Amino acid sequence: MAWAKKILRVNLSKGTCASEPLNMEWAQQYLGQRGLATKYLVAETDPKVDPLSPDNKLIMTTGPLTGTMASTGGRYSVVTKGPLTGAIACSNSGGYFGAELKMAGWDMIIFEGKSPKPVYLWLENDKAELRDASHLWGTTTWHTEETIKAAHQDPQIRIASIGRAGENGVLYACVVNDLHRAAGRSGVGAVMGSKNLKAVAVRGTVGVGNVRDFKAFLQATTAAKKVLADNAVTGQGLPKFGTQVLMNVINEVGALPTRNANDVQFEGARKISAEAMHEKRPTDGKANLITNAACFGCTIACGRVSQVDKTHWSVVNNPKYWGATGGLEYENAWSLGAANGVDDLEALTVANMICNEDGMDPITFGATVGAVMEMYQMGVLKKEQIGIESPFGSAQALLEMAHMTAEGRGFGKELALGSARLTKKYGHPELSMTVKGQEFPAYDPRGIQGMGLTYATSNRGACHLRSYTVASEILGVPVKTDPLATDGKPDLVKAFQDATAAFDSSGTCIFTTFAWTLGDLAPQLDAACEGGWTLERLAEVGERIWNMERQYNLAAGLTAKDDDLPKRLKTEPAKTGPAKGMVSGIDKMIPEYYKVRGWTTEGVPTKDTMKRLGL
Amino acid sequence: MRVTFKLYAMLADHLPDEARRTNALDLEVPPGRTVGQVIDEFNLPPKLVHLVLVNGNYIQPGDRAGRALAEGDVLAIWPPIAGG
Ligand code: SF4
Repeated sequence: MAWAKKILRVNLSKGTCASEPLNMEWAQQYLGQRGLATKYLVAETDPKVDPLSPDNKLIMTTGPLTGTMASTGGRYSVVTKGPLTGAIACSNSGGYFGAELKMAGWDMIIFEGKSPKPVYLWLENDKAELRDASHLWGTTTWHTEETIKAAHQDPQIRIASIGRAGENGVLYACVVNDLHRAAGRSGVGAVMGSKNLKAVAVRGTVGVGNVRDFKAFLQATTAAKKVLADNAVTGQGLPKFGTQVLMNVINEVGALPTRNANDVQFEGARKISAEAMHEKRPTDGKANLITNAACFGCTIACGRVSQVDKTHWSVVNNPKYWGATGGLEYENAWSLGAANGVDDLEALTVANMICNEDGMDPITFGATVGAVMEMYQMGVLKKEQIGIESPFGSAQALLEMAHMTAEGRGFGKELALGSARLTKKYGHPELSMTVKGQEFPAYDPRGIQGMGLTYATSNRGACHLRSYTVASEILGVPVKTDPLATDGKPDLVKAFQDATAAFDSSGTCIFTTFAWTLGDLAPQLDAACEGGWTLERLAEVGERIWNMERQYNLAAGLTAKDDDLPKRLKTEPAKTGPAKGMVSGIDKMIPEYYKVRGWTTEGVPTKDTMKRLGL
Repeated sequence: MRVTFKLYAMLADHLPDEARRTNALDLEVPPGRTVGQVIDEFNLPPKLVHLVLVNGNYIQPGDRAGRALAEGDVLAIWPPIAGG
């Protein structure tokens, strides 16, 4: 089997690192990564724990295919209780860190307690030790990576770290690996910071062994790669245009949340789209996009590598932002751009860099700026409070707010709270575009009804990556459904949620699902691991994971009331586009969804459902 | 009558140079011109004609030949693409 069968348990309070066997019984029920780590968290912590207390645990976890030759097999997740939401947090990242961890011989690291002083974990295959990180505290993720690599004189070390946002308790701080990749959502970086854990640095040369049937694995992974290569989306669309190709699409269908969801179409969408990233700038004759890039083992390569115009006002005096860097993905271009009415592509690229550099989730950060700009327009917040004029559309305000939040100064300390807490503090909670305290991403539920149900029921707070029904409702994968209809969406959302939970537990990337189904994943897992992995078993594991997460949230104190959308989406109709005049039909979909899930009308899994899933 | 014709991603190569920076072209077409006819006129490779929207509404492949455009309509087309 492709599990290393080994966990590293790091007690930060005591300063100890100990190896223990992976619970293989649980691996059969929860597969790996998201599912398996959540099982450990559920078994070892009180769901009511304060997320930023030493009693919370932080788990970095790989899947059975992580580090193998399966395409996109480089994923890892960070699982903990999220400080932004008070719910289960599971943030998935690509890059190279996850594969390196697995190649060092570990499936998972469980961090517990809190270190008395800043430390980083140094892992070299079997050898694990905590090292002093006082000299790294107060510095960025970029500086941290560079310094650790230099200290160990090894450029091939892979590092996951927090920036100043994680240290300062920004509630949506992320864990950044390989400079530009992030376990982005729900504030997992703030939990890491609360433990005084600055970074995890890994060098793994053991490799990934234990493949159950190597010949079958070679055949299965080769066949699956061919499916990706032959598919027009994963073979051509994603590598050439990246996720950013959606900017014009979602604008055209009238589902691009604009200016804090006051509008559903953005007049500046074209200027911040994939097409614009490909164009030569009039200023320097170069395009924003330099090339695409791939995470470990990925044959899709959707990543963006960008370089900003050195003469742009935002960087002209700041050469550290002049180099090639992780470019805009659709979500970031939306949250930093359309959500605030900002249409300056270069400024957005810089704002995105700051989020990577200091480890902040651009979705929550950008959407929080949108709420602040709306409060500024209303006169609730003044220039003197924020520190800068902040009307919708101001790229200057966006960048200043990014800097002050990353550095923990001035109004940045308030932005660090996220929009739910911030708008409440100033008496306007209705302006927070959140579910369970987490900002919703780049699809407006008035124009794509399934995404409303996706956000409302996502176990980690509003998120598109828990059931990406956009694939079906807009893009026609696997079948086209009507984005404006609510009928059939509960079944669609459940199917997407369960399949996604299985993919997220395997070590592969969810973007494969534009071409792969669970039927493509199953033979790869089955050749790699013991257990007779079939499509049906994977769907069942996905459903089990979903219900386990739900149970965790209920035990943490969340209720059916938390499965709801911001009032604006239910009462203020879309002003333009195909959804003009429509609001979200969430209230109609929720009861049906609970039924489809086998939950009570209060959203609690019934005894029969729990029994059927072996929970 | 006038309609707006938009082509995105790889399909933008089929637009005249002056329209590439906006991905949009104003077209003067006779009344009754269908979506299918415009697609044929621009010689768009069938494999790349994937997401077809009129005023943001999806037009099923089987309906394209018969779907007549009206004054002021916006016809937008994408190849197979996806994001996240
Ligand atoms: S598809 Fe994109 S995000 Fe996924 S593994 Fe490949 S490069 Fe990384």
